[in-house]
Amino acid sequence: MSTVTATTQIYRVYIKAKPEVVWDAITKPEWTEKYGYGGQADYELRPGGHYRGVASDEMRAMGSPEVAVDGEVIEVDPPRRLVQTWRMTMDAELAAEGFTRVTYEIEGTKSGSTRLTVIHDLEGAPKLAALVSGELEDTGAGGGWSWVLSDLKSLLETGQAIGW
Amino acid sequence: MIDDDRVFKALADQTRRFLLDLLFARDGRTLTELESELDMTRFGAMKHLRVLEEAGLVITRRSGREKLHFLNPIPIRLIHDRWIDKYTERQVSALVDLKTELEEQA
Repeated sequence: MSTVTATTQIYRVYIKAKPEVVWDAITKPEWTEKYGYGGQADYELRPGGHYRGVASDEMRAMGSPEVAVDGEVIEVDPPRRLVQTWRMTMDAELAAEGFTRVTYEIEGTKSGSTRLTVIHDLEGAPKLAALVSGELEDTGAGGGWSWVLSDLKSLLETGQAIGW
Repeated sequence: MIDDDRVFKALADQTRRFLLDLLFARDGRTLTELESELDMTRFGAMKHLRVLEEAGLVITRRSGREKLHFLNPIPIRLIHDRWIDKYTERQVSALVDLKTELEEQA
């Protein structure tokens, strides 16, 4: 069980797709490049394994280095649960806030859909918290988790992401 | 399953919108904290929070002995994408700008 505090952010979306499909969409680069920020996920899916979010062209145009997000896998239970650390390296101030923790909970519903919950523990990372909450969307920084997850829903349900 | 009707119903109430604004300003609050901002009984506050939870707009999690309430903005985002973006975003934002400008002058 993850601990939650007032600096935690929680996002939940229902997707008409099987949990296995949602798991793949989170962990496989050929899926992650199709929605949200469009980076390619590079996961070593075992505890202690690496995570790299390889920057998309859009992110590189905004000055991102090759690896925009890095972290370490903590817990893997496909297709139900993935826990990892998560640090944005796109700019020095965000990188300096250090590693945060992201938990994906993927649950099948009775109707054959999936309830996806993302819990982002942002203790000590106020700048990243503003970014992932979508506060900076008007500045071209993307809409954070709610944008990413709405886009994922759109992609899996319609075959088409909304995009930038 | 969360449907639009539940979200619209949940939003169609001043107290519930106020609760969402409170969580937007600061997430992860207890019932006691939220209730102290409302002019109603604990039971009344709980009823409103339950409607928000059923609409998927509020998610609760236990933290030790406390239950914390978190704002989930995604249902609102989906309504935005479905109803605002598609038809009227440009016109709406122009009107919002105009309203802001006129109100600043007033």
